[in-house]
Amino acid sequence: MATYNTNEFRGGLKIMLDGDPYSIIENEFVKPGKGQAFNRVKVRNLKTGRVIEKTFRSGESVDAADVLDLTLQYLYNDGEYWHFMDPDTFEQYQASKTAVGEAVNWIKEQDLCSVILWNGQPLSVEAPNFVTLKIVETDPGLKGDTSGGGGKPATLETGAVVRVPLFVQVEEVIKVDTRNGEYVSRAKDE
Amino acid sequence: MSNWQPCASPGILRDRAELLATIRQFFAERQVLEVDTPVLASAANPDAAIESLASHLKGSPHNEPFFLQTSPEFFMKRLLCAGSGSIYQLCHVFRDDELGRYHNPEFTMLEWYRTGFDMFGLIEEVETLMGLLIPAIEAPATRISYHTLFEQATGLDLRAASRGDIRKLAADLGIVVSPQHPDDGLVEMIFNTATLPWMEQQPAVVVHHFPASQASLAKLSPDDPAVALRFEYYAGGVELANGFQELDDPIEQRRRFESENARRRERGVRAMPIDEQLIAALEHGMPACSGVAAGIDRILMIRNSQPDIASVMAFPFAHA
Repeated sequence: MATYNTNEFRGGLKIMLDGDPYSIIENEFVKPGKGQAFNRVKVRNLKTGRVIEKTFRSGESVDAADVLDLTLQYLYNDGEYWHFMDPDTFEQYQASKTAVGEAVNWIKEQDLCSVILWNGQPLSVEAPNFVTLKIVETDPGLKGDTSGGGGKPATLETGAVVRVPLFVQVEEVIKVDTRNGEYVSRAKDE
Repeated sequence: MSNWQPCASPGILRDRAELLATIRQFFAERQVLEVDTPVLASAANPDAAIESLASHLKGSPHNEPFFLQTSPEFFMKRLLCAGSGSIYQLCHVFRDDELGRYHNPEFTMLEWYRTGFDMFGLIEEVETLMGLLIPAIEAPATRISYHTLFEQATGLDLRAASRGDIRKLAADLGIVVSPQHPDDGLVEMIFNTATLPWMEQQPAVVVHHFPASQASLAKLSPDDPAVALRFEYYAGGVELANGFQELDDPIEQRRRFESENARRRERGVRAMPIDEQLIAALEHGMPACSGVAAGIDRILMIRNSQPDIASVMAFPFAHA
């Protein structure tokens, strides 16, 4: 298996720690004037997203994580797995519910998603920052209200529920920011 | 694209000159003599944590390499043994494999020795000078012993701690403990990691009385041989100076060099030629003294609130 020496550490490098793949966020070289040199490293667990700090003695080697960042197209869900395809190679991958995580609320067929592969398997799926989705259910708003104040819940075609302004109606297509789950605009307003 | 321009701003380059002038004046007022010793030497510091750069010179005896000095310590001690009295030096020193936010392989060092000063006498002078050089710092610093600070930061009494305690503490702090060379340097990594949050909050801290295992070239305490008369000065968590009440026993000096060379061989790195001229000078006799080395570039960083060492150097490593 490939390994990295601490002097190769830099942001974005993928390493293995305690059996999990991690991505290095920050690496700082620390060396007391007379004493052991070490690397203070901030890493993100690619399975859980949790960020932790680790300290490595300088000069040590760490196993590389076999991790790839790809942009894949979402094809369909078969009830158990979510299927994706690489638009360049047409290679297909199936992602588990855990890997898809929050993205399940936002993605629909043909969306391009950032997918992290670990040992050839999707480890996590990130929805595009902005998606356009159709509203399948919401209370009719007050007539004549175009101010956008207040708001009401609306269920989207993916099943996700977002708050929308009162004037937005069923069957309309809206733009949503997937990072905070907030309504941005009516899609046709663009 | 050629990248010929200096890294530090004109203002910082001027401040560097001012800083050096202030230091020279400080020592002139105290009748401490400025000296100038070689950068290339036939011997090097065997300290296993420091890597010297070798240089191959035509005409060197037996074709042996000369080494770029990692500090002017050995030459300055030979001057002390020859009766120089208190001396200081501002010079460039070189350390291989040290590059980072606070490290450049070539950097400027201020090193000074005070005859007749004990460790606390020199600490006081370091505090006075740092207070003068860094306006945000008021002398004196917070003084704390290594063992007290270690216990304050970790809850563990280092003197009573077992090997298992140390390894568990390391793991709890996120230090990746490898089975190969398990304990070497672990206490130092724990100390640095655990004390950092507190240190970062303090304008200035002097840590004194290091464990004897980290004595380096300091004398052991006559009251307690488990600790060495070594200190470090930190500003906002950044180490600015490291000092000793100097070891003056030639037999003990040789023993420490040999034990550092043994550590080197264990790690598979070359042993360093022992400085026989230093040993001979110590045999002749060195006056009781304390000495300290301070990093000029780091002082400039703190003095000018700069984020990294490159921004206070005209031409840091990447531009040299």
